[in-house]
Amino acid sequence: MTYTKAALGVALGLLAGTAQAQTEIEWWHAMGGQLGETVNQIASDFNASQSDYMITPVFKGTYEETLTAGIAAFRAGEQPNIIQVFDAGAATVIGAVGATIPVEQLLNENGVDFDINDYIAGVRYFYADADGQMIGMPFNSSTPIMYYNEAALEAAGVTPPATWEEFAEVTGPALRDAGYIPLAQSHLPWIFTENFFSRHNIQFASNDNGYTGVDTEIMVDHPAIRAHFQALTEWQESGLFHWYGSGWSDNQQPFEDGDVAMWLGSSGSFGGIQDRVDFPFSATFLPYWEAVTTEPTQTFIGGAALFAMSGHSAEENEAAAAFFEFMSSPDVQYMWHRETGYVPITTAAYEAAAADGHYDRFPAAEVGIQQLTLPAGEFTRGYRMGFYVQIRDVMNREYGRILTGETSVEDAFSNIQEEANQLLDRFARTQG
Amino acid sequence: MKRTAFSNPWLPILLLVPQLSIIAVFFYWPAGYAIQSSFYLQDPFGFGSTFVGLENYTDLASSTNYLDSLKFTVLFTIIVTFLSLGIALLLAVKADKVLRGARTYRTLLMWVYAIAPPVAGLMGVMLFDQSRGNLTQLFRSLGWDYTLGVNYWDTAIAMISVSVWKQIPVNFIFFLSGLQAIPRSVREAALIDNPSGMRRFWDITFPLLAPTGFFLLIINITYALFDTFGIIDTIVKGEPGNNPMTLVYRVFVDGFRGGDLGGSSAQSVVLMVLVLVLTIVQFRFLERRIHYT
Repeated sequence: MTYTKAALGVALGLLAGTAQAQTEIEWWHAMGGQLGETVNQIASDFNASQSDYMITPVFKGTYEETLTAGIAAFRAGEQPNIIQVFDAGAATVIGAVGATIPVEQLLNENGVDFDINDYIAGVRYFYADADGQMIGMPFNSSTPIMYYNEAALEAAGVTPPATWEEFAEVTGPALRDAGYIPLAQSHLPWIFTENFFSRHNIQFASNDNGYTGVDTEIMVDHPAIRAHFQALTEWQESGLFHWYGSGWSDNQQPFEDGDVAMWLGSSGSFGGIQDRVDFPFSATFLPYWEAVTTEPTQTFIGGAALFAMSGHSAEENEAAAAFFEFMSSPDVQYMWHRETGYVPITTAAYEAAAADGHYDRFPAAEVGIQQLTLPAGEFTRGYRMGFYVQIRDVMNREYGRILTGETSVEDAFSNIQEEANQLLDRFARTQG
Repeated sequence: MKRTAFSNPWLPILLLVPQLSIIAVFFYWPAGYAIQSSFYLQDPFGFGSTFVGLENYTDLASSTNYLDSLKFTVLFTIIVTFLSLGIALLLAVKADKVLRGARTYRTLLMWVYAIAPPVAGLMGVMLFDQSRGNLTQLFRSLGWDYTLGVNYWDTAIAMISVSVWKQIPVNFIFFLSGLQAIPRSVREAALIDNPSGMRRFWDITFPLLAPTGFFLLIINITYALFDTFGIIDTIVKGEPGNNPMTLVYRVFVDGFRGGDLGGSSAQSVVLMVLVLVLTIVQFRFLERRIHYT
């Protein structure tokens, strides 16, 4: 072991003689396809922008797989410097104090200016701890929005609906009669549950949606969401809504094929759709129920954040800090936003995009960020719950059973509430 | 069994050491660790763990969802084993009779074996895909609204078909060599006694194939229980939703994906006991009825 290390050291030393002493760091991410190419672009831009540090991005599969790989690597002492962790895994990684270095602390220690108020309101506190310290740097921040096929809406003679009532009475039937499947969506737990609660400013879990403690109880079994799923089953029956399973792309494909007129997806889907479809499309806010609220509130960010993992040398941490600084700079943020559709995380980047006329050319690209800056409410910051990946699995299972007629809305929600609370209780005890 | 005497008592032990150490490192050690973790609740990052006794097990026993997976796994294993053995035997018997171009036929039937499970799963996904799949389109043209990933049983059908398809070649190879090992004189004698092909197969060929069949039965049950993981993962695309799951896939979903190491350790211990019982039953009761030549 020591010999190998010594030999490596000599070899690296020889290499370094030619290329200065570069600090190499690794970044594990979950961005495949077109997003992965943009990630590689950011990494190579960073490497080209200076000569002290060198970052290597490594694609680790889905969000779940990346987090799992990171945890396994941490337990084996082989963790990467930076890891991308998605929204549902936030409680796990933030709960593991000591596994990561809070990004705010990392930046301050390495002399990088940090002011949380530079970040856009809807982005600021999702990955922060109870004291408001930013733990993870929001990276690909997205929010669910409604994409629509402009040609389809024109053919049906309707405009995109602002409320679900409008959809049920006007938009949906008109689109159906024009020969389209009016509505599909890609992620029931994210779009029709978590953000449903935020959009209507309804409490999702105790302890301030889970932010102020771990003995949290989920409050998902709420009359408003039960009514929403009841409506979904009715719409499914009358041909206003179609569900293509719990796979994301199975639901997105029919929209891209032009069969589905309106699709609820991620603001980060913008780049991919733009590359692939040949019909004019645009996007608008997630509709809300007027019967529930007349003052709809903002949604919160989904997507993922970058966490600096602990257990590395000071030089490597310095390199990670330098990369975070580069990544959150307006130019890089604007490039990321433009290429992918993920929202810019800082006000400066948002202004840079607006000044460049990006939103005049692509109005749909601004929808996500506008929705994130809608009026906030008491319960719009997000949620923080442990074992949330499994809770989402429970939701997906029960929702699937509702939409295939195997269970009733009432039974499904009481099951979700019960099983989720068991999981939360188990998680609370792992933290004790 | 003949007793072989070694002059040096240490020699047999020495010869067994490599094998035993492999078993110890790759089986006993992880199995012991799994049993230990199954009594704890653990933080995913390994910062802390709490002893909870049998709670992980009682939770499993009271979870209707886990019991559903158990039921599905039993059904899945029976169907996959039965179909892949049955179809392979039929193909082997027919291929055994082919005189011209026999090699070509056999190679064509065998080469599916070379496909890795995730690739097989991926091909299955392409064939059964909701909007583009060739089989989906075929089913729809026949008036069956087949939807992978939406309907529980439709997904199950895709899992079973791909798993069976992937396993047939292995069984085929073994059955074919088993058939060719049956002495020609026995077959000719049978032919004189009874002209019915069906009777000859069940009375003579099938019993003589029994050792091969027994071996394949064990291999196939193990395959259906464990090795179908890659296929299932590809078909459900990592989002189990309301799709069926086998017990092994559940261990992965709850433990690795969900971060509940204690609970999923308990699941793997249950699985371990299940396989142990199954193996004992097979050797105790089934093997007695089989005659090795």
